[in-house]
Amino acid sequence: MSAFFASIPAMIVLTGALVGLAAVLPGTFLVLRGSAMLADAVSHAIVLGIIVAWLATGATAGPVQVAGAAAAGLVCVWLAESLAASGLVKADAAIGLAFPAMFAAGVLLINLNARNLHLDADAVLLGQIGLVWIETVEVAGVAVPRAVMTLAAVLALNATFVAVFWKELKLAAFDPGLAAALGFRPRLIGHALLALTAVTAVAAFEAVGAVLFVAFAVVPPATALLLSDRLGTVVALAAAAAAAAAGAGYAAAAAWDVSIAGSMACATGILLAAAALFAPGRGALAGRRSARAARADTDARALAAHLLTHAGDAGAEEEAEARALSDHLMWDAARARRVILAGLDRGLIRREGALLRLTDKGRAVAAETRAPHAGPP
Amino acid sequence: MSGLAALLADHTVRTVAGGAAILGAAAGVVGSFALLRRQSLFGDVLAHAALPGLCLGFIAAGARELPALMAGAAVTGAAAALAVLALVRFTRLKADAAQGIVLSTFFAAGIVLLTFLQTRGAAGQAGLAAFLFGQAAGMLRSDLWLTGGLALAAVGLILAFWKEAKLVAFDPTYAAAAGLPVAAIEIGLTLLVAVAVLVGLQLVGVVLITALIVAPAAAARQWTDRLGPMVALAALIGAAAGLTGGVVSATARGLATGPVIVLAASAAVALSLLAAPRRGLLWQGVAARQARRRLAGERVLATLDALARAHGDPAWPAEQGMLDAAHGAPAAGALGRLRAQGLVRPVAHPPEATPHWQLTAEGSAAAGRLRDARDDRR
Repeated sequence: MSAFFASIPAMIVLTGALVGLAAVLPGTFLVLRGSAMLADAVSHAIVLGIIVAWLATGATAGPVQVAGAAAAGLVCVWLAESLAASGLVKADAAIGLAFPAMFAAGVLLINLNARNLHLDADAVLLGQIGLVWIETVEVAGVAVPRAVMTLAAVLALNATFVAVFWKELKLAAFDPGLAAALGFRPRLIGHALLALTAVTAVAAFEAVGAVLFVAFAVVPPATALLLSDRLGTVVALAAAAAAAAAGAGYAAAAAWDVSIAGSMACATGILLAAAALFAPGRGALAGRRSARAARADTDARALAAHLLTHAGDAGAEEEAEARALSDHLMWDAARARRVILAGLDRGLIRREGALLRLTDKGRAVAAETRAPHAGPP
Repeated sequence: MSGLAALLADHTVRTVAGGAAILGAAAGVVGSFALLRRQSLFGDVLAHAALPGLCLGFIAAGARELPALMAGAAVTGAAAALAVLALVRFTRLKADAAQGIVLSTFFAAGIVLLTFLQTRGAAGQAGLAAFLFGQAAGMLRSDLWLTGGLALAAVGLILAFWKEAKLVAFDPTYAAAAGLPVAAIEIGLTLLVAVAVLVGLQLVGVVLITALIVAPAAAARQWTDRLGPMVALAALIGAAAGLTGGVVSATARGLATGPVIVLAASAAVALSLLAAPRRGLLWQGVAARQARRRLAGERVLATLDALARAHGDPAWPAEQGMLDAAHGAPAAGALGRLRAQGLVRPVAHPPEATPHWQLTAEGSAAAGRLRDARDDRR
């Protein structure tokens, strides 16, 4: 046990995984509500809160810092919302005005107090996850990194909130109108969600910085949404993706000697890209494949129906020639050839010299295509 | 004043101030269209996505060559824009999630590349880290030619296609009906946002450049409803913010340029939101207060008039406490203002000691006019 907590790589991966697990809980609902960019705004705004809390009380950690920073995050959201509500600027511009101003003020305050401050401007962006093992606290005789304890506490808080308000969160995310009508106060739920996001961002801040936190809060939930339709599964998949990204990201960072937090965030992106491309049933590749299959099926049916239509005509012989397809179905030679080959493969047609004949199976398919609701002949 | 003159004589400061002012002006012009087309957060995505490109440009060129860096940034910025479009088009994710995803993962890739260069001790990588928050001091005269040229080209393009850009920004449907190539113009306007981002990277940094695109335009919007004056004003505000930030950060040691410029621009926004005529919050507040007072006065006048007519006495004295009760709020303020206009006057009504009011002849006439106006509305 103590060997685990003394292992620096294990602690770094654990910290990254805890950041991910804590962040995806509010993150999933933010993505569902279409407020992913508010997570970005909040995580920038907390920088000002952290520095102001430090200037006011000297706190570099603990409840004062968390409260101050989370308050700054909420102030930013409130500012953006009231700017948008005033009608003077649009909602997107309101976000784009509120958080850069607060972030800029925070960075300048850091610049001004650079000499006696515990963080510099680069650490604000990137975090220092590689150094989490330096500060430890004693828990049951084992030295555990402070960041791990803080993040575990925040994770517990988030998990409790999500478990207790599961129904409300779900309804507010999918049907805010109904949620409001039923008295579930979707706006209040939304604000609580952003408050949790802010608290999580503060806890994650020292490890992964302001910008990379967004990768942990938004990307794994988005990945999970590409893989499942059920909210419970989505949350579980998002957590799994975040934890996997933490492990893989650390391995890559150790191999190439690059930023650990950056590498973990990249890993979340790679998982998302993989899900977007290869997700069974709904990924881009699956979509393309099913579109192609659908087109091939339609073509084969069209061919069969065409042959059946002309089976009794005087021109049947002429229509059944392979080259007539190019003229009458407007298929170019390559497509006609492809469809004929597919028809032969499926046993819908057979060749008689230059002519194409329907098989029994082909006749059935053609009849079903022409009268889809008639039932079997 | 002589201090400022000496400051501006300094070669570095002049370069920086000039560059920042040109950049601010261009950002204001381009940003006006971005604001109207609700692309405010798009610049943020492009800017963060430029970081890996800067690093790749550095690797390709082997040195801190600004043209190579900007070419790299343009490539990854374009890739990011396409990634956002592809995520929205081909998956079920919404635009904001796509933006958040692309912004954070591209930035993460940039951080990885940056640390990759750092740990290999690549010369000049310190110059790359300055692109995070912008560093005016690192700006060279040759950089100024490039960024200034690009900025002016962006402004020139907008001016050349002014009519088309205006129509597309306000009414793309009509523009399409009028035969304009709407898609091409929209792509062009988006590309100009990318150019403004590129130009601003060195001075403002990838993290905050979006604010320089949004803020001057949002500030200018408050002062006018016409596009021409708005764009001109946005250019002015952007230039002023750039100049302020450039000079302050070039003289005060250790202050990153980007945050100073952004705070200057944000201050302009705050001032505009408060004080702009008609739209500004102060103006709205004053107007609302005037309307409230006028309504309260008219209500008191109407009540006095109704009482007088009910009693068949145009000068019937109404007790002030009764007026308070009738309106559910103290009427003293409204009575005072009506008295100052000569519409009511206080009267004694012995044996009661409480204050009473009656309409003057002008008051009765004014109440009559109100009554007529109300009847007309019905």
